[in-house]
Amino acid sequence: MLQKINIDQIAELARLNLKPAERDKLAKDLEGILAYVSQLQELSADKVPPTSHVLPIENVFRKDFAKLSDIREAVLKHAPKCEGKFFKVPKVIEGA
Amino acid sequence: MSDQYESVIGLEVHVQLKTESKIFCSCPAQFGAEPNQNTCPVCLGLPGSLPVLNERALELAMKVGLALGCRISDRIKFDRKNYFYPDLPKAYQISQYDMPVSSKGHLAIELKSDAGTLAEKRIGITRAHLEEDAGKLLHEGVRDGSWVDYNRAGIPLLEIVSEPDLRSPEEAFQYLVSLKAILQYLGVSDCNMEEGSLRCDANVSIRQKGAAPFGTKVEIKNMNSFRAVHKAIAYEIKRQSEALETGTRIVQETRLWNESKGETFTMRSKEEAHDYRYFPEPDLVPFSVSSDQIEALRKSLPELPQARFERFRKQYGISDYDAYVLVAEKALADYFEACTREGANPKLASNWIQSELLALINLKKHSIKNLPNLPPKHLAGLIRLIENGTISGKIAKDVIVEMYDTKKSAEEIVKEKGLIQVTDTKLLEEVADRVIQANPKVAAEVRSGKAQAIGFLVGQVMKETQGKANPKMINEILTKKITSQK
Ligand SMILES: [Zn+2]
Repeated sequence: MLQKINIDQIAELARLNLKPAERDKLAKDLEGILAYVSQLQELSADKVPPTSHVLPIENVFRKDFAKLSDIREAVLKHAPKCEGKFFKVPKVIEGA
Repeated sequence: MSDQYESVIGLEVHVQLKTESKIFCSCPAQFGAEPNQNTCPVCLGLPGSLPVLNERALELAMKVGLALGCRISDRIKFDRKNYFYPDLPKAYQISQYDMPVSSKGHLAIELKSDAGTLAEKRIGITRAHLEEDAGKLLHEGVRDGSWVDYNRAGIPLLEIVSEPDLRSPEEAFQYLVSLKAILQYLGVSDCNMEEGSLRCDANVSIRQKGAAPFGTKVEIKNMNSFRAVHKAIAYEIKRQSEALETGTRIVQETRLWNESKGETFTMRSKEEAHDYRYFPEPDLVPFSVSSDQIEALRKSLPELPQARFERFRKQYGISDYDAYVLVAEKALADYFEACTREGANPKLASNWIQSELLALINLKKHSIKNLPNLPPKHLAGLIRLIENGTISGKIAKDVIVEMYDTKKSAEEIVKEKGLIQVTDTKLLEEVADRVIQANPKVAAEVRSGKAQAIGFLVGQVMKETQGKANPKMINEILTKKITSQK
């Protein structure tokens, strides 16, 4: 079963401004991917635990040890906008 | 609210876990650093950086799960929750979607009836999952934009989601009190709502009493104290009941609590319609937890509030309510037990802590956690003086204030000021004779059977002895004298 892709919604959620030609091409690509995945759906996987990660590794931890990285000045210098020790972004207002 | 409706409330509590470093990087997790000082390539989401889970954060999360009677998952993974907002440097938050640390637990809350007795109610816990905190936006006083401080981004949070089992603002309040107590006993969080180490959102809906379907759910945010949660839910219940009665449609939305106006209002946000498109976090491998590990952790849990409550009732013979109040605040219960270890009578200690001591602490804006002015040993000393009759309860109320201000022991103050209770019978009899002579009418009333009139005479004797007489002794002496004059 082919699922119709809502390319406009996906583009909006990803904050992408697509030109009409890109829009059509990407919609087709995504539909191709879905068609391939739907083939896999036909296989019975009831007894297979879901894979969330492709590498056979687990339990990678770090110790709870604090260390300052001291990169603030360098990062702020590369930020599109900053003021004092803050990053600056376009105004975001919550509520009234 | 009219009787035909009932409110259905569920709470989402975010607790900041007490770790040294952030959840996926080594940046310090402490509060109050200079803006953006605690940042690194990982928590700023710079390309090429990789998150690695803080072992301690998972351990603390599992402890909370166990204390809430949850099932600890044997397999845990993290997921990306995608949305664009400038407080998220990566444009996604690492959270947990379908394989949280723990699920299906419960929390017991105690509800006080009108008669003053306590009744237990069990509130279901849906799940508790780990996630990273976002940064902080500052708008005020900023021209043409907002400032962002990413110190908080990546601080470990545990989100604890309740079942919609709560039925009133009071139940929600008690849920928070009980949850905070557990978190404090476990020592996993500072639970400070003002500093944001504990945050609470409420989902509130109204339905016909006994009706199975839920009404439209409204999410309330922005409450910064347990009291505010209580008030915001009460306001929302009233607003929704009125809407139902007038036939106004209730919209599913997020509303913000305005503390100064005492009302909720619709949140307007640039954030787009939610579609978080969760998917497994490819940068973090999965985690598995063995049953041995879970059992070892379970054994390491300290005594929890409910167990302590039961023990207090049995061991100290104090009322259910007193035991509950003491236990709800770990520091208060610790202080109480320290007093009893110093030999204080438990009932008197409980009374003096809950009345005089708490009043003093509130007045001075101090905290029971740190009380160098009045160590438990000193309060125990004061209680001993009351118990053995050295000073009256009335004098003790002045002594405790003096103790608090001077850090001196009760014995020292009583000795210095000569406050020792007058138990010299001869002296008391003299004063009693004088008082009876000066108030013949009142004495006659007592003689004619009006027993309560004696209170006035006792008061007069107390006054003459500057409160240092033993009221029980005066009462006996006066009664004996007046009735023998018949
Ligand atoms: Zn960092």
